[in-house]
Amino acid sequence: MTETIVRCENLTKTFRDAPAVYDLSLSVSRGEILALLGPSGCGKTTTLRLIAGLERPDAGQIFIGERPVAGPATWVPPERRGIGMVFQDHALFPHLTARQNVAFGLQKLKPARVQETVEHLLQLVGLGGLAERYPHELSGGERQRVALARALAPEPVLLLLDEPFSSLDADRRAVTREQVRAILRSLGATAIFVTHDQEEALFLGDRLAILHQGRLEQIDAPEVIFHAPATRFAAEFLGHTDFLPGEVTADGILTEIGLIPQRVALPVGAQVELAVRADDVTLEPSRNGARAILLARHFKGAVNVYRVRLPSGRLLHSLQPHTLNLRPGTPVRVWSAPGHPLACYHEGKRVPLLEA
Amino acid sequence: MKPARFVRLPAVSRLGIRPGRVPRPSSWTSLVLWGLAALVAAALLLPLAYLVMRAAGAGEAAWQSLFRPRTLDIVGRTLGLALAVTGLSALIAVPLAWLTVRTDLPLRRVWAVLTPLPLVIPSYVGAYLMASALGPRGLVQQLLEAPFGVTRLPEIYGFPGALITLTLLSYPYMLLSVRAALLKIDPALEEASRSLGHDAWTTFRRVVLPLLRPAIGSGGLLVALYALRDFGAVALMRYDTFTRVIYVQYRSFDRSQAALLALVLVALTVIFLALEAREHGRARYHQSGAGAARPPTLARLGIWRWPAFAFCAGVVFFSLGLPAGVLAYWLIRGLQAGEAVPGLGPAAWNSVLASGLAAAATVGAALPVAILAVRRPGPLTRRLERLTYSAFALPGIVIALALVFFGVNHARWLYQTLPMLVLAYGILFIPQAVGALRAALLQIHPNLEEAARTLGRRPVEVFLKVTLPLLRPGLVAGASLVFLTAMKELPATLILAPIGFKSLATEVWSAVSEAFFARAAAPALLIVLMSSLPMTFFILREQRADDRVDA
Repeated sequence: MTETIVRCENLTKTFRDAPAVYDLSLSVSRGEILALLGPSGCGKTTTLRLIAGLERPDAGQIFIGERPVAGPATWVPPERRGIGMVFQDHALFPHLTARQNVAFGLQKLKPARVQETVEHLLQLVGLGGLAERYPHELSGGERQRVALARALAPEPVLLLLDEPFSSLDADRRAVTREQVRAILRSLGATAIFVTHDQEEALFLGDRLAILHQGRLEQIDAPEVIFHAPATRFAAEFLGHTDFLPGEVTADGILTEIGLIPQRVALPVGAQVELAVRADDVTLEPSRNGARAILLARHFKGAVNVYRVRLPSGRLLHSLQPHTLNLRPGTPVRVWSAPGHPLACYHEGKRVPLLEA
Repeated sequence: MKPARFVRLPAVSRLGIRPGRVPRPSSWTSLVLWGLAALVAAALLLPLAYLVMRAAGAGEAAWQSLFRPRTLDIVGRTLGLALAVTGLSALIAVPLAWLTVRTDLPLRRVWAVLTPLPLVIPSYVGAYLMASALGPRGLVQQLLEAPFGVTRLPEIYGFPGALITLTLLSYPYMLLSVRAALLKIDPALEEASRSLGHDAWTTFRRVVLPLLRPAIGSGGLLVALYALRDFGAVALMRYDTFTRVIYVQYRSFDRSQAALLALVLVALTVIFLALEAREHGRARYHQSGAGAARPPTLARLGIWRWPAFAFCAGVVFFSLGLPAGVLAYWLIRGLQAGEAVPGLGPAAWNSVLASGLAAAATVGAALPVAILAVRRPGPLTRRLERLTYSAFALPGIVIALALVFFGVNHARWLYQTLPMLVLAYGILFIPQAVGALRAALLQIHPNLEEAARTLGRRPVEVFLKVTLPLLRPGLVAGASLVFLTAMKELPATLILAPIGFKSLATEVWSAVSEAFFARAAAPALLIVLMSSLPMTFFILREQRADDRVDA
């Protein structure tokens, strides 16, 4: 049993009558990195700020370790929570040098210790030579790392990162991301970070929490979420998923591209949606009886990804070997034989499979 | 077909990428613009140049008297007053700014609107109200005499009166500057400090205060400049700083001496202006990049809410409530005695006439300067624009004095005429007009003028049909600013007005000088109402910026 560092229970926070976070519960164990993932406005930053103590929850409780820090009768201000935070735009103090910024949270240490800690951290983030620079004299990536060093300096039990890479250019982002991951791993830090970029979430997070309109849709290891998204939103947000409507029949699910022999715990006649990824869809050129049209080909080296328009106008994607080379406009026959059950959603929620 | 037209198009659009550049104007337009600008420059240079000439020609006696200890005394008094006013203003303005922007102070919005308002009271009106309230046998003493037997209040005339009056009138400069800076500080900085283990007070001391330092510096210098250049309050409070001594000197016809003293005052002002410019530059340097991303959460004051409330109420009472009450008292007294209204008509008409002429002339003079500055940026235009700001270095009394010398000796036909007064107003208030026009011109993309040119219009037509109509809001703003400021101007009006010319400002002045407090009330009220107009617009605009905070 691993030690729980932070635990949120049924958190709700409302801004001007619109709930930003609704009935949210999650916990993070020591050494774990959790990614809060979702589109903008989904409540992920508010969740982070609630944990940091920068907002007060309207309902619910937060525990750091076993200590309650927010709840109906408790309130611990941010400076007494022992949580480090890296802000979206870094929030470096413009009137202080990099060194002074990093030393800012070390007011309880002896000067000699402060000096030593700051040196150590600046070395750790690879900025030993830039200690005397002011924030405006540093590049975006350097500022990012000063902010990280500053948050880590007081040895927080938990590190929060709010869209830590969003203010960097695309090429700096990849490099900085890798550096940050290496630093966090080397320290065994426990962290929660917020992002709307799923690639970033997959790269950094041990677990992902998918938020949508203030609610937690799913929290799990990336692989689990990817293979079995709990909700239609999670499936859609993790991307590259098409949805195919179908009707439950006695033999399986009847769709536009044929019968998918898959049994679900729903009465016959229920309307469902199947999540189909490109590797679940097969096609072949066909002269007679073909009703789908090939729209475009994405050549990705080893494979081709085809975009197909079904007679209903719905678009599907199909992954094919590079040897199958078809021209856009070709009539094709489309079917699906995935060899594994497809995720199936009824009214946005995942329908459990029936064991055959 | 006329291929020539099409050939010119790419050149035009390429230039359009750099705003501020228009296709090469015809030499004729340039000539007119530069000719007008040269005239304006000459008028602006006149006072200072004449003052220097006059001082250079001053006799040995005048120079000797300049180096007497008395001069040092005046310098000491002037600087001392300016520093004291600045210090006291900081003590009032910094807490006020923080309380009205960042806390759950009761009636926060109300205090935010009321606290900058003393700006609309001209210093001589403020001094009049203070003196008549707190002076010997003033209102407060009379109120206290019956119940408490108080027959004497501490002396108000001299340093205390000048200090109190100037502080209560000028702290809003620092308040507005600090408040703007506070609104600009990214709340994430304070949150970062809190998450690094610092409580609210330490965060204020170690993060907010250092970030406010440039705003406190530049706001403080504005306050110091106000005190340095003020004539009305020190004159009515009978405290001998430069402006009052210069005026007395001028009245006693020791004009060379007055010119020398005026130059010393100009030198002091220039030093403060240079300091201000430096602070201003630093403020920009200190600003963090992204600005406030999310509105700040308001600090909870807890039991300190009520002391904070009392502080705001006290400041508003002394800077606004007391003057308003005293003014109302004198107004009623005057109406009862029947001396408030008569005689006001001609004075009001004169004020409107002189200010109206000044507004038109000043905006007219500012127009070529603003066009050159915005559309033909270069070293020469930059210098020209800077020259229009020279009025900041030349206190009103100095400009008036220089024009008197010039009129008496070289332009008798101008001396003590309305055009001379309008000229003085123009030199004093052209910075406001240039500022307003400049802002409006920057809004007009040069592409519009270029488009008109490519459609076959000559530069003059473009100016009349495109630029001028688009510029109208700027023209109106500049003209109203000049009009309203000229309305309350005192020293230049006193010195330069034609004989027998009475304006609202001089009416207040002469009535108060002779202690006819009731007679001063009606013109003072009119002036305050007039100068409230631009302030109202300003506050409405700031309120909109503040709306985000309560989100």
